[in-house]
Amino acid sequence: MEPIIQIRNVFKTFEGKEHIVEALKDINLDIYPGEIYGIIGMSGAGKSTLVRCLNFLEKPDKGTVTVEGRELSSLSDKELRAARTGISMIFQHFNLLMQRNVLDNICFPLEIVGVGKKAARKRAMELLEVVGLSEKAKAYPSQLSGGQKQRVAIARALANHPKILLCDEATSALDPQTTKAILELLKEINERYGITIVIITHEMAVVQEICTHVAIIDQGDLVEAGPVMEVFQAPKTQAARKLVFQDEQTYDRLSESKKFDGRGA
Amino acid sequence: MWDKVIFEMLGEGILTTLYMTLTSTALGYGLGLPMGIALAVTDKQGLKPNAVVYKILDFIANIIRSIPFLILLILLIPFTRLVIGKSYGPSATIVPLVIAAAPFIARMVESSIQEVDKGVIEAAQSMGAGTFTIIWKVLLKEARTSLIVGATIAIGTILGYSAMAGAVGGGGLGDIAIRYGYYRYQTDIMLVTVLLLIALVQILQGIGMMISKKLDHRTAG
Repeated sequence: MEPIIQIRNVFKTFEGKEHIVEALKDINLDIYPGEIYGIIGMSGAGKSTLVRCLNFLEKPDKGTVTVEGRELSSLSDKELRAARTGISMIFQHFNLLMQRNVLDNICFPLEIVGVGKKAARKRAMELLEVVGLSEKAKAYPSQLSGGQKQRVAIARALANHPKILLCDEATSALDPQTTKAILELLKEINERYGITIVIITHEMAVVQEICTHVAIIDQGDLVEAGPVMEVFQAPKTQAARKLVFQDEQTYDRLSESKKFDGRGA
Repeated sequence: MWDKVIFEMLGEGILTTLYMTLTSTALGYGLGLPMGIALAVTDKQGLKPNAVVYKILDFIANIIRSIPFLILLILLIPFTRLVIGKSYGPSATIVPLVIAAAPFIARMVESSIQEVDKGVIEAAQSMGAGTFTIIWKVLLKEARTSLIVGATIAIGTILGYSAMAGAVGGGGLGDIAIRYGYYRYQTDIMLVTVLLLIALVQILQGIGMMISKKLDHRTAG
């Protein structure tokens, strides 16, 4: 099977006023269809830059990103915009349009690709049902809780039947219960529609909860990658060990009752 | 002396002032809105950074804004004559008003657009939206409330400028205030025109704020 996302020798540097930040250093990664791939690292490790390279919101300085067989840097602006409709994204701060109601927010990506108003509304209502917010169609984002806003963002992200969903710290602004519910929704979406999901997070618990694979980023380097079980049971690098052990607390926060089971409190 | 003639004159003054103010605001937005959008979009942090375009627009806006309105009015007389056919009267006043207002409006539009959450713009880009779609459906719509507040401020300023144009025969309430109050020492008429100007600004301000509040969905409730 061909990887749906192929990252090859990607470098990205940011020039600040005083110093240069090497956000990504020679990143290589393959992500296959249907996987839920976690990319984890401390803040400032470069993971947000990496996920933005997957839809070219950030253009790598060097290296290639190939999505569904198309190398993104070879595309024209127009082709890139078309490709982006197949690579959806959700964000830490939801990024909904505040002056549009829920239904019209979900219609927005459909408007971009030229779907008629009636068809767009119909599709938006279907999606609201998928995320369990049908009764909020006419509400404005300011009237919703964080979890509800993220559900709207997820519905919006699914509107154009994407193959890939990128999640940039999508649960970091949410409380543990809501985080769990959103992760369950993502898992359901992955199973139901076969959408490949890439999750950027600094919480190991998020990876443990739903990811099939994980990559660990440390100061711009991709230090470890593989199936979650493998990486977790035998973290090879210092950075990975730091994340795995430091994060047991966060994991407990999510798995609530499981804390003392079998661990001999 | 408070006879019918005076009241008719004041009534006409109000209408003339409104005509100059509203027409100039509308035409001022015709120039200032695209200019403001262009400034915001070509800014270093903007959607399509373009240092050359930004610097040129920035320069034009600063130059015009640093010329006092009364002087601009006089400087533009030949141009006004070319456009309108004469250099005095309400319609002639609209020309310098528009030119003075456009860069001012552009600056306000620029700052309103810059208030739009960068994350929302990024989200639109991630959905494959092009620059035009983002300007039209994200920037202008999300900044709507702030733009209307800006327009309200612009109307107030332009109304003030239109009164100033009275000094060179511009027509309207300012013209009346200067002719009667300054040249003929009829302070009472001047006071009434001033009160009318205050009332006009208050009313226009009130309407603007009401509309912007009604259209804002950013706060719950």
